[in-house]
Amino acid sequence: MSATLNDLALVAPEALLLSLGCFLLLLDVYLPDERRHYSYRVAQGALLVTALLVWTTAGGEPQTGLYGNYLRDPLADLLKVALLLVTAAGFLYARDYLQVRGLFRGEFFVLGLFAALGMMVLVSAASLLTLYLGLELLSLSLYALVAFDRESRTASEAAMKYFVLGALASGMLLYGISMLYGATGSLSIAQVAAAVAGRGTDDLVLVFGVVFLVVGVGFKLGAVPFHMWIPDVYHGAPTAVTLFIGSAPKLAAFAMAMRLLVDGVGGLHGDWQQMLVVLSVLSMGLGNLLAIAQSNIKRMLAYSTIANVGFLLLGILAGTPEGYSAALFYTITYVIMVSGAFGVVIYLSRAGFESDALDDFKGLNQRSPWIAFLMLLLMFSTAGVPPLVGFYAKLWVLKAVVDVGLVWLAVVAVMFSIIGAFYYLRIIKLMYFDEPESQEPIAGSLDTRVLLSANGLLVAVLGIVPGWLLALCAAALS
Amino acid sequence: MSELPLLSLVIWLPILGGIAVLFVGESNPSGVRRLALAVSVLTLLLTLPLYTGFDRGTAEMQFTEQVRWIPAIDANYHLGIDGLSLPLILLTAFMTVLVVVAGWEVIQQRVAQYMAAFLIMEGMMIGVFAALDAVLFYVFFEGMLIPMFLIIGIWGGPRRVYATIKFFLYTFLGSVFMLVALIYLYRGAGSFSILDFHGLRLSLNEQILIFLAFLISFAVKVPMWPVHTWLPDAHVEAPTGGSVILAAITLKIGAYGFVRFALPITPDASAALDWLVIALSLIAVVYIGFVALAQDDLKKLIAYSSIAHMGFVTLGFFVAFEIARNTGSYHGAAMGITGGLVQMVSHGFISGALFLCVGVLYDRMHSRRIGDYGGIVNTMPVFATFMVLFAMANAGLPGTSGFVGEFMVILSTFKAGFWLAFLAALTLILGAAYTLWMVKRVVFGEVGNERVAKLQDINTREFAMLGALAVPVVALGVWPDPVVSVMTSSVDHLVQHIAVSKL
Repeated sequence: MSATLNDLALVAPEALLLSLGCFLLLLDVYLPDERRHYSYRVAQGALLVTALLVWTTAGGEPQTGLYGNYLRDPLADLLKVALLLVTAAGFLYARDYLQVRGLFRGEFFVLGLFAALGMMVLVSAASLLTLYLGLELLSLSLYALVAFDRESRTASEAAMKYFVLGALASGMLLYGISMLYGATGSLSIAQVAAAVAGRGTDDLVLVFGVVFLVVGVGFKLGAVPFHMWIPDVYHGAPTAVTLFIGSAPKLAAFAMAMRLLVDGVGGLHGDWQQMLVVLSVLSMGLGNLLAIAQSNIKRMLAYSTIANVGFLLLGILAGTPEGYSAALFYTITYVIMVSGAFGVVIYLSRAGFESDALDDFKGLNQRSPWIAFLMLLLMFSTAGVPPLVGFYAKLWVLKAVVDVGLVWLAVVAVMFSIIGAFYYLRIIKLMYFDEPESQEPIAGSLDTRVLLSANGLLVAVLGIVPGWLLALCAAALS
Repeated sequence: MSELPLLSLVIWLPILGGIAVLFVGESNPSGVRRLALAVSVLTLLLTLPLYTGFDRGTAEMQFTEQVRWIPAIDANYHLGIDGLSLPLILLTAFMTVLVVVAGWEVIQQRVAQYMAAFLIMEGMMIGVFAALDAVLFYVFFEGMLIPMFLIIGIWGGPRRVYATIKFFLYTFLGSVFMLVALIYLYRGAGSFSILDFHGLRLSLNEQILIFLAFLISFAVKVPMWPVHTWLPDAHVEAPTGGSVILAAITLKIGAYGFVRFALPITPDASAALDWLVIALSLIAVVYIGFVALAQDDLKKLIAYSSIAHMGFVTLGFFVAFEIARNTGSYHGAAMGITGGLVQMVSHGFISGALFLCVGVLYDRMHSRRIGDYGGIVNTMPVFATFMVLFAMANAGLPGTSGFVGEFMVILSTFKAGFWLAFLAALTLILGAAYTLWMVKRVVFGEVGNERVAKLQDINTREFAMLGALAVPVVALGVWPDPVVSVMTSSVDHLVQHIAVSKL
């Protein structure tokens, strides 16, 4: 095999994004401060053009290329379009936030583009090394983004924690990959799968390798007991960065789980299923319980992330195509919901005021009924109350779990969901039932308001007609 | 006319009307009120063809609509009504009009959101009764909680936040177990259609677990002792309109769940565990009756009285199995179930009326304590007439609708056992006791204090509201046939169905 024109066509989206990212880096150097919005526009353009390119070249049989390192299949296409659009939304939400705080520098968007590139490489990985490469590109960009506000001590602390823990987790992942290589003799995911099918669970090195893979996946997703970075990083980072970390990388983490555990060591399903059960139950329990105790909404949403990740893992551990589709649907809808929630937090903030304390939401219905309504939709959806999309996400995952006979797990999951419903209700209680503490007007730019409205209403619209997205997810994983 | 998707219209018109009301906005409260009234009246008018076009001779689902909704999980948008759901849909549409009228003057804050919440809730409640697909049912069933949560929390009394969060979490907790049961049933039936669930064969162990899941869910909704504690708080703290809808409709949804889900899907488990439900129902009737007697807050008294009356409903449903056990046949079981259903409709009218009466008093005196009243009849004679009428109906006076259902249930309980019927009949004494004692302290006697002396009698709007309820209360009591005849075929079909074991 040698690199052919076919290969170049295959990786055209990544190549395009890389080129535009480098172009933006250079452009930004030469732009004066008052023209900085061009950086923003070029970044948005890059993301949207790449998404368009992926969309138009999507479909058809899965193809591998670049010496078997790169895979393009329907799952990769769907996830790439989703993560590019979510990143674009994240940039829009971030723009005003950064401007008000004097952080509106081109490096933010360059780092964001490279993070998106890392995610795309991760999603399309057909080799363990490519996967690691994408993961590291993503992670390093995110570490830098968390530390973006160098005046902020909490941000620096958060970045430090994220970096150290992330490096540790990546190291564990690499160790697991090396064990897999040692046991199977290949770094190609397809060949690992073939070797696993041949050897089965007798090979202790393989099983140990899988354990380390689960550690790596668990860290990236934020599952207990690898969750410790989430509350501190979500809280410490500037909210615009938190939005970005909380949304698109979850799609990449899902892809990582799929490529490693399902495409790679799917034959050892019995082993990693047990591990994921433990991770899932602990995540749902700890996430939901600790979120109740929070008084900062970024921290609360961080613990909510952990709880939702636990639910997501249920879909993956089910081990059936329905389970994987359910987990994919859950991830996509969750990313939409969390973008909206952090978007609201950003929208409510202004110069010198972060608006991330729970009490800042008091009386929001009187100050701005429309924003309060959007937050209501997002909170009820994340809690899993019909007729919003979060309910269908949970329903489908529960269905996958019950179908494989793990009814007790479904019952545990719904029990923790009830406990979790409380802190979402608390936000709504603060917004609708309490008097406002400040009467500052809430204003934001028109395009942010439109995006936020679309984001919130999408949750309701998907709740009435979820079928098309469910079908899309099922098709991507068939 | 038969091609018109009436059920969809009746569900979506109030929901879209509610959204339209939100767009009219808070700056135009009188426009909001008029639009809300128009939408609710139009919905009521649209439910009338459901009644006139209903074929009483069959137990088949009528006015059915089916559209593919979520093929990926085999959930369809499937609607249909039979004799069990039709009276409840009419009740819902009727009570919503009254609730809109009741909130006309007293709600001054955020009127648009108030009216919109009730209209959207109306659409969802009708959706619950009309749904023939389990996912659709669950979506409406749970979705209803959102507007009610907001109604109690925004416009309610001093402890409204505690009451509404308790209400939401309690009900949510109950229903998620039902969700797991429904998913499990899907595995067996291959679709989410409720009618397919009815025909599904299940082992006794499966049936018992599924029945318990349904029981938890519906027992919280009805509510049955001991999971009833959310109700007094929710009813007391809710605004008048909220209490009316809670008592008149929401409680009935729990009971409806029993006859639509628990009985037909798990008949053997229902027969095996009927003693449990009958015991809980009798505790509700007797014990809660005594608790009602001890109340000083008018709304709490009516709330506890609601629990006691709903105990009658669940008793009527499950006594069918006791009858079969005692007499060897299901003859007479139909009367018990019909009695429970009639009691649901009648209690909807009566408790709605009583809460509206308390609302009228509260609007004037801003107190619900019985001790603050006394001798209302002297200053508000017209109102007192209505209040006494509804109180008598609540006590089960023959000639009012309250008697019909109770009589049918007690009669059929006699077939199941003398002592069961004796305990059930205690409601006749207890119901009369707490209701009439309340009436004596509030309505009759000397004028209690100065504030009572200054009370104005009811105005035209309030008269129309209470009068509109007095008519069905008396009419049903004197001539229950229009309601009962609608139910007969479906109840007979249900009894035939539960008589056959699924094992």
